[in-house]
Amino acid sequence: MNTTKLFLFALVPALVLTSCGNNEKQDESKKEEISFTIKGSDTVLPLTQKAAELFMKTASENSITVVGGGSGVGISALMDGTTDIAMSSRDLKTDEKLKLSEGGHDVKISIIAFDALAVVVNPSNGVSNITREQLEGIFTGAIKNWKEVGGKDLKIIAYSRESSSGTYEFFKEHVMSKKNYASDILSLPATGAIIQSISQTPGAIGYVGLAYINENVKTLSVSYDQGTTFVAPSVEAAKDKSYPVSRPLYYFYESSKESLVMPFIQFCLSAEGQNLVKEVGYVPVN
Amino acid sequence: MLKYWKKTSEKIVEGLLFLSGTVSSLVVLLIVLFLFKEGLSVFNQSPIEEGYIIAVNSSNNIDRLDPHQIKDIYDGKIINWSEISGPDVAIAPFRFSDITDFTIEGQLADDFSNLSFVLDSIVAVNPGIIAFFPEKYIKSGFRGKTLEKSKLGVIEFLGGTQWFPTAEPAAQLGVLPLVLGTLWVSFGAILIALPLGLATAIYMAEIAHERVRGILKPVIELLAGIPSVVYGFFGLVVIVPMIKDLFGLPVGETGLAGSIILGIMALPTVITISEDALRNTPRIMREASLALGATRWQTIVRVVIPYSISGITAAAILGIGRAIGETMAVLMVTGNASVIPTTLLEPVRTIPATIAAELGEAPQGGVHFKALFALACILFIMTLIINLLVEYASSKSIRSKKN
Repeated sequence: MNTTKLFLFALVPALVLTSCGNNEKQDESKKEEISFTIKGSDTVLPLTQKAAELFMKTASENSITVVGGGSGVGISALMDGTTDIAMSSRDLKTDEKLKLSEGGHDVKISIIAFDALAVVVNPSNGVSNITREQLEGIFTGAIKNWKEVGGKDLKIIAYSRESSSGTYEFFKEHVMSKKNYASDILSLPATGAIIQSISQTPGAIGYVGLAYINENVKTLSVSYDQGTTFVAPSVEAAKDKSYPVSRPLYYFYESSKESLVMPFIQFCLSAEGQNLVKEVGYVPVN
Repeated sequence: MLKYWKKTSEKIVEGLLFLSGTVSSLVVLLIVLFLFKEGLSVFNQSPIEEGYIIAVNSSNNIDRLDPHQIKDIYDGKIINWSEISGPDVAIAPFRFSDITDFTIEGQLADDFSNLSFVLDSIVAVNPGIIAFFPEKYIKSGFRGKTLEKSKLGVIEFLGGTQWFPTAEPAAQLGVLPLVLGTLWVSFGAILIALPLGLATAIYMAEIAHERVRGILKPVIELLAGIPSVVYGFFGLVVIVPMIKDLFGLPVGETGLAGSIILGIMALPTVITISEDALRNTPRIMREASLALGATRWQTIVRVVIPYSISGITAAAILGIGRAIGETMAVLMVTGNASVIPTTLLEPVRTIPATIAAELGEAPQGGVHFKALFALACILFIMTLIINLLVEYASSKSIRSKKN
């Protein structure tokens, strides 16, 4: 198996070189034999898997391996050269940029979708608007009762994802100005469990991806300008960037591998690919 | 010839048995060794990330900060150096990733070539600064003061009450809430499982008709075969709201919910082992008791239970063992808040749930990764103590029977 692959790798450039100019058709058919690895964020994973499946169907010579593990895992794999595309639910951190430039990597970025986080509460909750500062207070433990944010006299029960989740980090960085969660925050292993718990707990508040919202929970409108404008989470609001708690989902790749991975990225950005984005519950780029 | 062949085949079988015994013992031993090697090395590491340093302005008289103080500073709970016996200057917390907030446009080169100069000037210019950045960007003649990086202490680890393994710059690795949470939930579980299990065992061993027993026993054994995530989901959807309404609590994800689920999961162990123990009571003893005019109930309470008490103890202890190690069901119903529990009606976080939830994303070899291994060591020691107690309980009864 390995030797045949090696042989193919050696053969393809050789064929390309020899057939250069005189036989365009053969050249193209050989180029279609694409095989590469995508690794990284578990948030982007379901989307990439679907896209890869569909992409592989269009040409049986394509073989794409998709692996999860988290955004950080994908980016460090890109540095080691063990993956061709790193998927990520966050931008590169300063020290990652630094390591990449030290290692002589020239990394290109492409945004394939947006994900919006909705702040959700129990349907019986009277509050429907909330500011970023209030959210920070609730999740850091400074605000403990709903009457402090204009609701009933009811204890606030804050739900969060586990610390291994990219969503946990995103919420901490984006909403809580990097402060730590209070230690009495309830943390659940899955988004489905958060929805279930919030739907059966009157004082509950939590955050979930836009795709997971259903009629058992109520979404809050969020303000990032001290309460001047409140925006309800929706695909449209995330698309025109008026909804503040949203993040781009990235593919990172090295510029030297551009010709290898570009067909797949173009497929993701095509109408067909962006339909998949909607299907999985994220917000299309265009 | 045939005799010779028989002997050789016997030798081969013996050899194979010996080999499999040795291999499996070695594997177990190696796993334990690996666990402790990884776990104990947590005490060689600092809660501050490897390769990073914390620096302050050279005019600052602070030489060291403990992880709690560092966390409180970066969380904005300590805002002036004078609160921790430093100079009366407001604290300016700086993370490496915030570097663009501290520099003006164009000050930092795109390729980061002047990074160490920029870091140096940030620390030198701000008297209240506390800066967190990689060690390799300290330029020679650095004008700030780097703080001492202390290793994680054993007491700080075992007695610490805060569990924030991913907090930056300093991870908070106090396992006390997790250890207490595990013990608390397991204790509650056995309080539920033991009376219920023992009653079922007595009914099955002494009272039930043979046909009823024939149906009941496989059903109970079936309980042991249900995947724990199914129990967890059942708990989340049924038991959690029930507890919330029953006790009028603001939240249903509590230690009690975990105890009930674990109690149900420990039932097959408790029932099977104690029933075996009850049925092992010699027929002679039962008949002697009945012949003396004792009723069936008197026979059970005065003869059968005392005779099989060691087996029942073993059942209880093994039931606790099952409960302590259980992961998935607990992860779903106890709420996983790392606070020290004072009642069963509060959310708790257990050791297995913590390991399951966090190991996947903890950077390999880092202090968080090793702290999780150390947690596994604590769990291992807990179950070891339980197994020793089982041994003790059963050996004691053998001795008393001999006398």
